[in-house]
Amino acid sequence: MKRDKFDILESTCVPLPLENVDTDQIIPARFLSSTSRAGFGENLFRDWRFDKSGNRNNDFVLNNPSFKGEVLVAGKNFGCGSSREHAVWAISDYGFRAVVSSFFADIFRNNALNNGLLPVVVPENYLNYLLDKIGREPETRVKIDLEKQSFSVLPDGEPVRFEINPYKKECLLKGLDDVDYLLNIKEMITAYEFRNTLKR
Amino acid sequence: MTPKTLFDKIWDSHVIRSIEGGPEVLYIDQHYIHEVTSPQAFDGLRARGIPVFRPNKTLATADHNIPTIDQHLPIRDELSRNQVNRLAENCREYNIEYFGLNHPKNGIVHVIGPELGYTLPGMTIVCGDSHTSTHGAFGTIAFGIGTSEVEMVLATQCIIQTRPKTMRIKVNGRRGKGVTAKDMILYIISQISSGGATGYFVEFAGPAVTALSMDERMTVCNMSIEMGARGGLIAPDHTTYEYLNKIPAVESRPDFKSMLLRWRILKSDEGAVFDRELEFDASKIKPMITFGTNPGMGMGIDETIPEGDNTSSFSKSLEYMGIRPGMKLLGHPVDYVFVGSCTNGRIDDLRSFVKMVKGRKKAPGITALIVPGSKRVEQQAINEGIAEALKLAGFELRQPGCSSCLAMNDDKIPAGKYAISTSNRNFEGRQGPGARTILASPLTAAAAAVTGRITDPRELLND
Ligand code: SF4
Repeated sequence: MKRDKFDILESTCVPLPLENVDTDQIIPARFLSSTSRAGFGENLFRDWRFDKSGNRNNDFVLNNPSFKGEVLVAGKNFGCGSSREHAVWAISDYGFRAVVSSFFADIFRNNALNNGLLPVVVPENYLNYLLDKIGREPETRVKIDLEKQSFSVLPDGEPVRFEINPYKKECLLKGLDDVDYLLNIKEMITAYEFRNTLKR
Repeated sequence: MTPKTLFDKIWDSHVIRSIEGGPEVLYIDQHYIHEVTSPQAFDGLRARGIPVFRPNKTLATADHNIPTIDQHLPIRDELSRNQVNRLAENCREYNIEYFGLNHPKNGIVHVIGPELGYTLPGMTIVCGDSHTSTHGAFGTIAFGIGTSEVEMVLATQCIIQTRPKTMRIKVNGRRGKGVTAKDMILYIISQISSGGATGYFVEFAGPAVTALSMDERMTVCNMSIEMGARGGLIAPDHTTYEYLNKIPAVESRPDFKSMLLRWRILKSDEGAVFDRELEFDASKIKPMITFGTNPGMGMGIDETIPEGDNTSSFSKSLEYMGIRPGMKLLGHPVDYVFVGSCTNGRIDDLRSFVKMVKGRKKAPGITALIVPGSKRVEQQAINEGIAEALKLAGFELRQPGCSSCLAMNDDKIPAGKYAISTSNRNFEGRQGPGARTILASPLTAAAAAVTGRITDPRELLND
């Protein structure tokens, strides 16, 4: 199935300088009962954005009008916890297209890549610099160039390279997904199954 | 031949193709699904107009979103009811075996897979749930996946994965009295942190690991994900075979004998190289509790909350928990006790809880949720007199489900209340908005349930 392609993104950022942000924070379990993929952005970081009585928590960064943009910059070990893809759907649905951190939890990273949300891994000291800079200058714009695998602060920051699996990069650039790939090699799969029954 | 790790042996025999640039196409032997992470995957199939490729390799259960009382009645919450109904409909439409509510085989996905004999050594197993790592206790490669990947498995019985690195964690020596498998894994996570094994698949080995029962091994592998690992596994041995031999569906298979022969190669060869190796000493482990809001923030039950690393995450975490560095938690009052989940909702766990509360009474002010992991565990608890013994001590056995582990149903811990929980995650709000979770073993939970405070279970054990 075709999805949006990802090539170059230029945007301001939303800083979330917390470590170990887990998927229960990103989207609490009580909002997982929906059977569609849409609408999860409404409850992104629900318990940080709103207090118990449902009032906005003005201290939380998403409620701070100074910070907006399509890039979320977060502390290390982002997305740990459950495998719920809803966490990625919530972040995308809210309007983010990339998350920058020094470290992502494995399943979260896979889920993000499978949904066209780009996880960008930068060195820890660079992340700290970035969080600090955005905190002080919310108008800071950054550029993510997937083809070149580079991340930089505009207009003239030194670009840092980020790693991405070449196959996943190709998928994102072309807007393809894994199911398409697998459906195309179905004969190989059947042959594998056949070999295995013979072995037994 | 170069010596191979157990992980490599299983992985290699399931690779259908290596894609240029890294990931590999991996064949999946057993797929489990539940109501929360599957509906969007079925919708994906519909949108593509394709069938489920191998319906007999997927098994479905309803567990996350179901009530744990009055299961014979329709689910009250409309969204939950809808989600469970959707699963039933999807399974009917795509010909997938489904153990719904009230089915005698219903239960938490990671409890029923093993106990019904679907999980077998040497398999690759996935499920849209991170604690799929539980099945690694049988010497399988089992890991959690996202919904897009659920769709891949439904469509092709394969997923595309990058091969993780391998780590071996050896636990030597013997556990002390009152120290359970849960304490062992909480201890290991506290030593290496909640991100300490990210990118790795962990093999647990060593005398203290092989001494564990299957139920205990599942507890250990279950929580391997809580140190960031992709999964954990333990080489199958006589303990594994004895367990499987008692499952009618496995023992009666015509190919059981030949499977047993094949499973003999399922161990890491002498000299096999791991990307990382760690060793721990079981005799150093005490009953463990967590004090913070990730499973790596754990300590021996009688220890003092550390000063931490001065990060805002650390202080935010303690603030959420309503505690301070330098404090001891021993003697701290507790409001709720939760025994259950795919970590500690098996019969061994209920036995161990009952052993401690027998002859004692539930402390006043304690609300206890004792939730079996499956219908079979529930039945066994009734047959063994566990349900009755619980009643005498003032507790009640509920009906199976994930319950308070993630509090999608009504089993929520109220804001600000302290819960000793045998589940696997103490994240902020995991057991309900504002709930304060302290992870521990069923024994430590029992000690708190009868005293109303965090109590060292060793003090109450008399044999
Ligand atoms: S018991 Fe908890 S961890 Fe286990 S499957 Fe259910 S929600 Fe997930």
